[in-house]
Amino acid sequence: MTQSATLDKLNAAFTGLAVSEFRSQTRVVAPRESAGAIFPFLKKECGFDLLVDVTCVDYLNFRDAKDRFGLVYLLASTTTNERLTIRVFVNEPDLTVPSVTPLWGGADWFEREVYDMFGIIFDGHPDLRRILMPFEFEAFPLRKDYPLQGRGERHNFPVLTRNRG
Amino acid sequence: MPLEPATLASPHDDAQDYVWTLNFGPQHPATHTTLRLVLKLDGERVIDAVPDIGYLHSGFEKIGESLNYNQYVTVTDRMNYISPLANNVAWHGAVERLLGLEITPRCKYIRTIVAELARISDHLLCNGAVGLDVGAFTYFLYAFNRREDLYNIFECLCGARFTNSYTRTGGVMHDANAEFVELVRKFVKSMPKTLDDMDKLLNRNKIFVDRTKGVGILSKEEATNRSCTGPIARASGVTRDLRKDEPYLAYKDFDFQVCCATAGDCFARYLVRNAEIRESLKIVAQAIENLPSGPVNVDIGERTAIPTKQAVYQTIEGCISHFELTMSNRGFEVPSEESYAAIESPNGELGFYLVGDGSEVAYRARCRPPSFIHFSVFPQLIRGHTLSDVVAVLGSLNIIAAELDR
Repeated sequence: MTQSATLDKLNAAFTGLAVSEFRSQTRVVAPRESAGAIFPFLKKECGFDLLVDVTCVDYLNFRDAKDRFGLVYLLASTTTNERLTIRVFVNEPDLTVPSVTPLWGGADWFEREVYDMFGIIFDGHPDLRRILMPFEFEAFPLRKDYPLQGRGERHNFPVLTRNRG
Repeated sequence: MPLEPATLASPHDDAQDYVWTLNFGPQHPATHTTLRLVLKLDGERVIDAVPDIGYLHSGFEKIGESLNYNQYVTVTDRMNYISPLANNVAWHGAVERLLGLEITPRCKYIRTIVAELARISDHLLCNGAVGLDVGAFTYFLYAFNRREDLYNIFECLCGARFTNSYTRTGGVMHDANAEFVELVRKFVKSMPKTLDDMDKLLNRNKIFVDRTKGVGILSKEEATNRSCTGPIARASGVTRDLRKDEPYLAYKDFDFQVCCATAGDCFARYLVRNAEIRESLKIVAQAIENLPSGPVNVDIGERTAIPTKQAVYQTIEGCISHFELTMSNRGFEVPSEESYAAIESPNGELGFYLVGDGSEVAYRARCRPPSFIHFSVFPQLIRGHTLSDVVAVLGSLNIIAAELDR
């Protein structure tokens, strides 16, 4: 669904991009170093004005996976209806990527959710707090090393009595 | 989940000791579901609002990593429970995209019909609730009366009224029967009259227009910038509609229009939803009259949908396929790949990003929830309006907390 002109433009501006296609969806794996530059380029030069989604996949148990976390940015254009998926891989211990909030305002809560669930730090995010889990929660529940039924965090929550509450 | 006071503090707070804080929710009749807003007020005027969500977080995405592709459809019902059929269609659309499976024409039509009926049901509830919140109780009853008919149709189709879980990988749970077709025909025929009555109640009602016109304005640029989709973006002038832009299912066979407005306020969102109900009726009317015959599930050779009982008992392929699909260590094969597929759900673009790892259970099942995105826009829509406008804006965004928190 991505026009080849867009891909040519992208390949001319950046090196080290791995382009693949699956079920007519174009995916581009961007090296982490170019993550700061590729998103402004995509928005301003290629016309991707709609950030559809930001999410993350933990490849801990995934067969043949080399990297731990894969960030997924789904972009679309409201004028040409093109779609493009950008993937950026990050590894422990440095889980920091530049935030895209200055480019797309909608990234605000997406990135907060990814931080909440995976512990990825978005550098430059204005308000990187937990969004769905309670603030005193310490783990990152969507990581693959976090069990389905939890580690008993609920039992550690402080109990408020009526007088203190 | 207490909000720390520092979240609301601003450097000018010393000079503004007349500013007060109000907790709106998590238990409030006008939030309809469980969500909380911390409002900073100057008298009755809202200076700032901080949404606080997560009260209904139930780890749907984590559950998606342990339920197989057919089981998880029951969880999607519980995301946007106002239009569960649209979620079912979105989920299995995404699964079939990952599998590279082409469903039968009859199944495409049936899924289109149920998705559009779900849209009507969702828009009726949303507009009815906006009416209720700003004081038009009769309107709400008109809307809910017709939703009852829709529930009867869904019950006839799949036995469940509320949590339908209707779709299956490669098909649907039950084929549509003649009674269903008759009920839908009757509904399509009688609905325009109800819509006319409902329009007469509110469209020129001074109280309703005063409460919603010019309230919560979202500009076109801001709608795109904040990732808004669906009726909320279309009410601001964004002409994006996946049914036209990326025709999925059978939408390219039908004649319908994309409804847009330019004002971007609560009233425009109400009008867009009303217009979309009429367009959906047009689609349903065309689809039900042209419903293709033939099988509803994919062929036995695909090994994804459970074969019919006749095929199981009378053919060896059907028998083997049934065994393989029901045995716990078999099932169908999924590529070790990832894909994203979205539909135009009543609330906006509802998509699933799926990562398959070869097994019958998704490695990652990410849902792109429209309510979540639309609620993040709320603070900027309400700034400068009065406390009473909070319910009007909240209602017009159609926030479903189960989808918001998942």
